[in-house]
Amino acid sequence: MKIYVPRDAAARALGADAVADAVQAEAKTRGVDITLVRNGSRGMIWLEPLVEVETDAGRIAFGPVAASDVAALFDAKFGKHPLVLGQTEDLPWMKGQTRLTFARVGVIDPLDLDDYEAHGGLTGLRRALDMSGDQIVAEVTESGLRGRGGAGFPTGIKWRTVAGAQATQKYIVCNADEGDSATFADRMLMEGDPFTLIEGMAIAGIATGATRGYVYLRSEYPDAIEVMGAALKIARDRGLLGDSVLGSGKAFDMWVRVGAGAYVCGEETSLLNSLEGKRGVVRAKPPLPALEGFLGKPTVVNNVISLATVPVILEKGAAFYKDFGHGRSRGTIPLQIAGNVKYGGLYECAFGLTLGQIVDEIGGGTATGRPVKAVQVGGPLGAYFPRDLFDTPFGYEEFAGKDGLVGHAGLTVFDDSADMLALARFAMEFCAIESCGKCTPCRIGAVRGVETLDRIAAGDGAGIPLLTDLCHTMKLGSLCALGGFTPYPVMSALTHFPDEFTGRQKEAAE
Amino acid sequence: MAQPSPEIASRVEEIIADHAALEGPLLPILHAVQAAFGHIPRDALPVIADKLNLSRAEVHGVMSFYHDFREDKAGRHVLKLCRAEACQAMGADRVAAHARGKLGIEWHQTTQDGAVTLEPVFCLGLCACGPAAMVDGRVVGRVDEARVDELLAEVR
Repeated sequence: MKIYVPRDAAARALGADAVADAVQAEAKTRGVDITLVRNGSRGMIWLEPLVEVETDAGRIAFGPVAASDVAALFDAKFGKHPLVLGQTEDLPWMKGQTRLTFARVGVIDPLDLDDYEAHGGLTGLRRALDMSGDQIVAEVTESGLRGRGGAGFPTGIKWRTVAGAQATQKYIVCNADEGDSATFADRMLMEGDPFTLIEGMAIAGIATGATRGYVYLRSEYPDAIEVMGAALKIARDRGLLGDSVLGSGKAFDMWVRVGAGAYVCGEETSLLNSLEGKRGVVRAKPPLPALEGFLGKPTVVNNVISLATVPVILEKGAAFYKDFGHGRSRGTIPLQIAGNVKYGGLYECAFGLTLGQIVDEIGGGTATGRPVKAVQVGGPLGAYFPRDLFDTPFGYEEFAGKDGLVGHAGLTVFDDSADMLALARFAMEFCAIESCGKCTPCRIGAVRGVETLDRIAAGDGAGIPLLTDLCHTMKLGSLCALGGFTPYPVMSALTHFPDEFTGRQKEAAE
Repeated sequence: MAQPSPEIASRVEEIIADHAALEGPLLPILHAVQAAFGHIPRDALPVIADKLNLSRAEVHGVMSFYHDFREDKAGRHVLKLCRAEACQAMGADRVAAHARGKLGIEWHQTTQDGAVTLEPVFCLGLCACGPAAMVDGRVVGRVDEARVDELLAEVR
């Protein structure tokens, strides 16, 4: 009997290790022959630890399982039991999705390369190895894939710049510094299907002529660091990486580098400085990293999800991928639904669902059962969306048109107890803590922003135009998205919930 | 200028030698030094600076830029509580206030008995099962006041 207990950090945070231990112990006591697979998470975090059993009728899910439930599950021979959910693939959360990037996450053993291949892995890389670099770049460009880290820059265009640059050494750098609150897609991908990222980076290297790659992985993700490290060793032992990738004669190798707790290192130039062993201070652009990146050499810097989506594009073709989506946002996006939400987790689907569908229908509203007040989309630098804007379709341009951003597709749901002024203040405080200090609007502006919000909270209405002006300066004058986008949460809170800012005057006056 | 302690210097030199071949070796070296000593000893900086041909100010500048690197030893256990928005939406501020009160310390401080250091963290990627915490590298989800008490009872 094959039993799956996820090794994903979210599952572990909810007790999966104890469940796995209990499964082993119970099987031993009963003399039942089992194979325990520590898979990635299916993304239904409210059901974790989600235990699955392989049967002739497909995989059957049980959840959320506690270690104390395991004996009863064995008693029931993993059949009729109060925790049975049915066939995993038939659960509404799974059926509604289009899993392309996350097709194997939660399905396979993350560290079994044969299992990976059996589920379509390496098909894209093999195809890429038969193509010229230009053909690969053209395929990625044609797919419409845009940077999933948040900036939404066309991946193929970036690759073309690096491919065209002349240099003795080029690099592929994967940005795995997923610091935005409400985002965990990178983590789940690396923990649940690390070979997909490795394959994507190898394809990027072969397409652009880069022979070395780095995954800059945040230190807050010890599980992902462990799985990626183990996967790289297997990939090297099996000839997927090295002097001759899959025997092609083309070289590509890559390594994991661990960050050190600086949020700003998710910004690509700051990340490159950090990778070089410097303070994670933002660089002015130009020069573009594509021309002068890591150690001054041409460098592709892509997010985990961008790179991990490349294998399926090469496997199934640009036209297949491009066929999904909405407007200029092509393909699929792994939504990360988080915060105060009933059904939180990862849901990959084509662009184009409305915010309301995502929050109310897929997410099921709040966990507390109270009304949804606001949703912050795109992490700590993303705007707060009120219910009035729930008809906004999920897409880069559509969200920009509403003074917001898609970012890394994380959504934080808040119920009606949320204090919007306090959240605006937090955005400024966070920016002040994490500012690299290079540019004045961010370094000084964030501190002044906190002070001004404190004035407004104390009833000083004159602070509001000052805050608006400050946000304008930060947005236009900052070097990178940290200072430049902090105005999004602040101004959206002020714009959509003005009473919570002006209301303070009345309270203070009374 | 006093010479660095010989024990620290020799261990740091070993660590540097292990990382000599890396491109951009400073962060991996600092991580390894912290893993070896529990913090970055002052005496390690001139050794690193000398071997990497940097100024001590540059090495100190890098070390002090990153939240992870400590100049002083932490307590025997480190409790990290997530302060980011998704966890706030589930009551992280309240949980953190409870932890601070229970321990009698503020963020970044260590209890007098040296048992617990309390650190804020901005996102552990556990945003759909917040509030999230990390105890000595082990992740914990759905942390409320009672769970904080349990976690502290486990480590004290």
